[in-house]
Amino acid sequence: MKASSRLLNSSLSKLDGSIHEQRMRSGTTLREKMAAAAMVPIFGQNVSDKYDLVPDWTSREVSTGTTIMAVEYDGGVVIGADSRTTTGAYIANRVTDKLTPIHDRIFCCRSGSAADTQAIADVVTYQLGFHSIELDEPPLVETAANLFKASCYRYREELTAGILVAGWDRRKGGQVYCVPIGGMLVRQPVSVGGSGSSYIYGFMDSNYKPGLSKDQCLELTAAALSLAMERRRLQWRRGQTGKHL
Amino acid sequence: MLEETGPEWLSEEVKTGTTIIAIEFNGGVVLGSDSRVSAGASVVNRVMNKLSPLHDKIYCALSGSAADAQTIAEMVNYQLDVHSIEIGEDPQVRSAATLVRNISYKYKEELSAHLIVAGWDRRDKGQVFATLNGLLTRQPFAVGGSGSSYVYGFVDAEYRRGMSKEECQQFVVNTLSLAMNRDGSSGGVAYIVTIDEHSTEEKVILGNNLPTFFDQ
Repeated sequence: MKASSRLLNSSLSKLDGSIHEQRMRSGTTLREKMAAAAMVPIFGQNVSDKYDLVPDWTSREVSTGTTIMAVEYDGGVVIGADSRTTTGAYIANRVTDKLTPIHDRIFCCRSGSAADTQAIADVVTYQLGFHSIELDEPPLVETAANLFKASCYRYREELTAGILVAGWDRRKGGQVYCVPIGGMLVRQPVSVGGSGSSYIYGFMDSNYKPGLSKDQCLELTAAALSLAMERRRLQWRRGQTGKHL
Repeated sequence: MLEETGPEWLSEEVKTGTTIIAIEFNGGVVLGSDSRVSAGASVVNRVMNKLSPLHDKIYCALSGSAADAQTIAEMVNYQLDVHSIEIGEDPQVRSAATLVRNISYKYKEELSAHLIVAGWDRRDKGQVFATLNGLLTRQPFAVGGSGSSYVYGFVDAEYRRGMSKEECQQFVVNTLSLAMNRDGSSGGVAYIVTIDEHSTEEKVILGNNLPTFFDQ
C-alpha cells in the first residue's frame, strides 16, 4: 500500500513539471522503474503552475545560509559570523547578528534554520541562567555546550541547527565546542560551521597553529570569513544552485 | 522491498570524486591530482593517475564520472593527433581545450565530467583552460572535483601572480594535501606533472611524504 502511494506521488510530481519536486531517479530499483513506467493516467493540465502566482521564497523556510567560526587562544576565544539570512533566493535580513550571548562570558554562533536556533538559544539561556544562580558562580562553557547538546540531540528529527558554543571560564580558560546537526558534542581548538564553511577548511587547516595570539586569531577569523563570503557571493550570482544550510 | 540487491557499490556509478588543480607559471604549467576512484562507499582504485596526456606537451586532469572523463580524454587524444599531423607541427593548448569543450558542450546532458586542460605551446607558453559544463575559459589557475570546495578559500588566499616553478609545485602539493584530508572522495597519492619548454616531468608523491598540518 505504501509503495504504490509513493509511486503515485512521484509520478504526480513529474507531471507537475515544477523543478522543486524533481527527484534523482538513479537510486531506484528495477522493480520501481518497471512499475512507474507501466501506469498512471494523465491528469488535466493546469492553466498556470501554482508557483507562478507568488514568489517561491514565500514557501521556503528561513535559513541562515551561513559561515561561522570560533577559535581558542590562551586566555579566551574569538568568534565570527557573516550577516546574511535567506529565504530561498531572497535575503530576508542582511544585518543579522548570528553571535548570540548565552551568559556573560559564553556566546553561541548559530547556523541552519533561524527559528530553530533562536528557540534553542532562548531555552539554553534560561536554563544556564537558572543553573548559575543555583551554583552562585559563573557557569562553565562545557555546561552550556552540554545544554545545547541535550536539546539538539533529543529533538534531532525535528531540528536543523548547527551551533558553535564558545566562551571563557576560570577552570579551563577559552573553549570552543561544536554541536553540529544531529546533536554530537566535541571540543575543538578551532571550528567552522554553516554552508559557507566548506570553502575555508583548506585555508583553516593551513593557517591555524596552536599558540596564536588574540590579534592573530582575529585576523585569521576575519580573513577566513571574507574568503567564504566571497565564494558564497559568487555562488548566488551564478544561479542559486547552492544549498541553504 | 524485501528483495536482495547486493552491496551498493556494485550498482553505483564509478566516480573519480576528486581533487584536481592546474596552475601556470612563467614558462609552463603544473598539474596535480589525487588518486582515488570511488563507487559509492568503496574505493575501487586507490592509485589512479588522473593526469592524462593529450599530446607531448598538453595534459588534462580528469574529474567526475570515470568512464565519461576517460572517454573524452581518449577521443581528444585521437583528434589532436590527427590535427597535429594535418598542420605539421605541435598543436596549441587552446586547440586541445576547444576539442574537449566541443564534446563537453554537445553532450552536456549525457556526460558528467569536468576536464581541466593545461600545457605549453610556442605561441602563448604555459596556459590553463577550464571546460566545466561546456564553457571554455583561460585562467591563471583552476581547481576542480569534489575536493576543490574545501580549498577555494586556501587557493584564493595563497595564490600570487608571478610564482616560480618550484613555488607552483609546492602550491599544488599543499592544495592537494589539504583537500585530500577533508574530502572523503579524494585520497591516496598525489600525481604532479610539470610541463615547460624543455621537458614534461611526471612525479608521484606517496601519502607519507605529503605535507601535514596542525592536527595530524
